[in-house]
Amino acid sequence: MRVWRYGDNIDTDMLFPGKYVYTCSILDEIIPHLLEDLDSTFSKTVREGDIILAGKNFGCGSSREQPVIGLKAVGIKAIIAESFARIFYRSAINQGLLLIECPEAVKSYFIRDEIEFNVDSGKIKIGGKSFSFPTPPSEIIAIRDAGGLLAYTRKKLKNK
Amino acid sequence: MDSTFVEKILAKYSDLSEVIPGQIVTVHPDHLVTHDNTAAIIQKIKPELKQYGIYSKSFPIISLDHVIPATSEKTAENHKLIREFVKTYNIKNFFDVGIGICHQLVMEKGLALPGKLILGSDSHTCSYGAIGAFSSGIDRTEATSLMLIGKTWLKVPNSIKMNLSGKLKSRVYAKDVILHIIGDITASDANYCSVEFHGDISQFSVDNRFTIANMGVEMGAKNSVFFVDEITKKYLNSIGISESSYDSIKPDKNASYIKELDYDLSDIVPVIAAPHSVDNVKPVSELSGLEIQQCFIGTCTNGRFSDLKCAADILKGKKINKNVRLLILPASRDILKKALNAGIINTLIDAGGILLPPGCGPCLGAHQGVLAPGERCLSTANRNFKGRMGCKDAEIYLASPATVAASALYGKITDPREVIN
Repeated sequence: MRVWRYGDNIDTDMLFPGKYVYTCSILDEIIPHLLEDLDSTFSKTVREGDIILAGKNFGCGSSREQPVIGLKAVGIKAIIAESFARIFYRSAINQGLLLIECPEAVKSYFIRDEIEFNVDSGKIKIGGKSFSFPTPPSEIIAIRDAGGLLAYTRKKLKNK
Repeated sequence: MDSTFVEKILAKYSDLSEVIPGQIVTVHPDHLVTHDNTAAIIQKIKPELKQYGIYSKSFPIISLDHVIPATSEKTAENHKLIREFVKTYNIKNFFDVGIGICHQLVMEKGLALPGKLILGSDSHTCSYGAIGAFSSGIDRTEATSLMLIGKTWLKVPNSIKMNLSGKLKSRVYAKDVILHIIGDITASDANYCSVEFHGDISQFSVDNRFTIANMGVEMGAKNSVFFVDEITKKYLNSIGISESSYDSIKPDKNASYIKELDYDLSDIVPVIAAPHSVDNVKPVSELSGLEIQQCFIGTCTNGRFSDLKCAADILKGKKINKNVRLLILPASRDILKKALNAGIINTLIDAGGILLPPGCGPCLGAHQGVLAPGERCLSTANRNFKGRMGCKDAEIYLASPATVAASALYGKITDPREVIN
């Protein structure tokens, strides 16, 4: 596991430049441009199980689904941030990308600290220190457990 | 219990007598707004569309605005796919290339009304708070689900009350007000909140309120809202909508807010959001003299008739600096026609402006005015993120149409108060 550290207000243009939004829709087209204008090493070296650690307002800006789909596809295990922008947050729920909002944990991180967490209990351990984060309400757990929003909606349509 | 605007409207749409912040509710919005991204949305659910159809033909509002006219085979194919979808499902509200930006059209065509609830797969869907609607942005997948079943969940947000008092000074505009507020509250401090504008708002036209509500998302807000008054009623009447056809929802007197902020508008000066975040706000005077290569007047934030007129008043009979390109982009065809008939487009072209077709244009960096490394653009748009206009090594500055027009005259950032008409 590696940790990619970024600061506050990481916006959707940094996560996936707007110029590609209407021409790149499949994973093979999306992945090479992930975080292109923020960190040109990211898409080439990211590995399954890596974690992103960021400051306030991660994902602010546009309604842009490509970064969420792309980060999930390259195997980002979780994004741990001080806070998230709301459209990005909803989008992550819809795609099943795990977001953990825990400012104290982010602030206590030192390079090479081990990170462990348990989503169901809302506990995160960083460098030996433990913190709590809010667990999602049942409506959101239902979407997650169905395998994302589309799977959830398909199930609803079938049972209609 | 006294309730805020958002508590009242979300209770109404979830058939509950009252709701509290943090509560999750299920709502059936009145409309779903999508644009060029409709192509990606319908491709996700081809078999489901075939089997179940769409929720309702009057539910979606679709406008082709982001990359228009098509710039490549891929974007042309997407537009074609959307036109076929519209035809197959007999979708009532479809606006093809050149009619305008989705948010402008939703307002112009009377599709957003006070007391309505609208969601859209575009972050600036929050604009319709200008006339007292609840509106908010969602992602493509949620739009896909809504297209099929017409309902989704929302968390009842906390509310922030902005008290605006005092009169704006000359050459200070709604854009300066909202940039000033975002500079103060930061890009994240209204995250998940409903922002209500109270106080001396009668000095703001519906156009002005649109500019302010549009940028709510730049401070993280879920929605931002102005309440119905005589100005709203007059505007709606002018587009053929009578008072009996809408529900003016207003907050109760003792509703509770997590934050109340007071702004004296007479203290506000022309301001600019400097690169690379919208909350990096400074007085124009602090950046005065900085050379710029491109000026852009338009977008869903400032592409309305009053914005174009404001720029034309400054540029009338003058020529812009030869080192600057001035891009003009009316937010809709109706605005373009009105500006043509009023001679405003002539004035702007005579001054050296370049007219672009009604749509999003260079705002999202896909075409029509992409920047080169090292260039600076002064724009009336809503975002100045790194790479936003197609180049990560360019700089974007945000300001009012007056500041952009004044700066175009000199090829450098200029306080509009220093330019004599």
